[in-house]
Amino acid sequence: MSQETPAFRELTDPALERYSRQVLYEKIGVEGQRKLAASRVVLIGCGALGTVLANTLVRAGVGFMRICDRDYIERNNLQRQVLFDEDDIVANLPKAEAAAAKLARINSDVTVEPVVVDVNHVNIERLAEGADVLLDGTDNFETRFLINDLAVKTRRPWIYGAVISATGLCLTIIPYDTPCLRCVFEEAPPPEMNPTCDTVGVLASAVNLVASLQAVETIKLLTGRHAEINRHLVHIDAWSGRFVNMNVQSAYEKGDCPCCKRGRFPYLSGESASTTTTLCGRDTVQVNIAVPTTISFPAIAEKLKPVAAGPIHYNRFMLKATVDEYELTLFPDGRAIIKGTSDADKARTLYARYFGA
Amino acid sequence: MCRPAQQQTMQVTINSKVETLDGDMSVADLLARRKIEPIRVAVEINEDLVPRKTFAERMIRDGDRIEIVTFVGGG
Repeated sequence: MSQETPAFRELTDPALERYSRQVLYEKIGVEGQRKLAASRVVLIGCGALGTVLANTLVRAGVGFMRICDRDYIERNNLQRQVLFDEDDIVANLPKAEAAAAKLARINSDVTVEPVVVDVNHVNIERLAEGADVLLDGTDNFETRFLINDLAVKTRRPWIYGAVISATGLCLTIIPYDTPCLRCVFEEAPPPEMNPTCDTVGVLASAVNLVASLQAVETIKLLTGRHAEINRHLVHIDAWSGRFVNMNVQSAYEKGDCPCCKRGRFPYLSGESASTTTTLCGRDTVQVNIAVPTTISFPAIAEKLKPVAAGPIHYNRFMLKATVDEYELTLFPDGRAIIKGTSDADKARTLYARYFGA
Repeated sequence: MCRPAQQQTMQVTINSKVETLDGDMSVADLLARRKIEPIRVAVEINEDLVPRKTFAERMIRDGDRIEIVTFVGGG
């Protein structure tokens, strides 16, 4: 009888019981579940893909997840960003904090560490420390190439995932074994060429499909089943139901990749880093500052009072004010998100005018 | 058998859709006609990845099964 097997007895162990349906799956089992519990992942970006990834992997029982995100929650996120709700918007919560609070209620066995931060070449090594797998939940090419640089340089697996409209891509990258992102797509297309979630939209179904593919690849890596990863570039179209598995192995074997063949990591060195980023999906620019600082919100609020249209809100995570047609959000490290423009120079000017010394 | 030179049409499959192409055409020509920037795509023909550097040399042949996958940055 199966009820007499050691595997079954282990499943009645209260710590494993919640995972029983996953443990019963032959590729995971008790051993796989234990490996998951000992694993550490770092999620970069907690928007559409990121929330689905975090939700799936925390429910699956990874041991530790660090969630890095620079953004706050907006109403138009709720259509697809599964960990957030209307209360989070009222509370003005950053995505990383709101996600961690929700995940703690879902599975308190998992250690979730939220970090409200813009992941960049200065901090990525520290943020990625100890990760068995790096997860892509970002919304731009630059941060993906930065993750790719770090992953290849430190020989750490990462899972690329991206979505737009009803379509998406997923690629599992094991440096020096499978092609890296730059083997397949050597350069980021110029911004004017790229449709964004703002111009062509995005369906939650496409997000869920891609993030589910990313999650299962992550679980294979975390349970030691490297040989079973999908080595193809997967393209999905949620609307038509069409899936393509493109064999890209030759891009690594025969290619001349700047990262894995020529050992150049310009995104990680800062050579290709920008100080402003136009955020995907919105008429919004993020302004970074070279040296992180500590901002006093009460002092800034005082300064903004004469020019602000309406009340200035702040809590310990951020300050929000509206000036003219711009919505300004300032974070404690000095970073700001300026909504109402996609012009980087304009955003820098507004930053200097209202937050500058 | 020798035929006078004339423009031939080819039948190919692009992203699962059967399409007719006029005359000789490289991968680069095909992308240009469709206003697709080569930097944005990965192209596979008959399940073989076409290196980006060879887009101009790789001629499309009758019956080719072509996949064009666009680099995506949203998320």
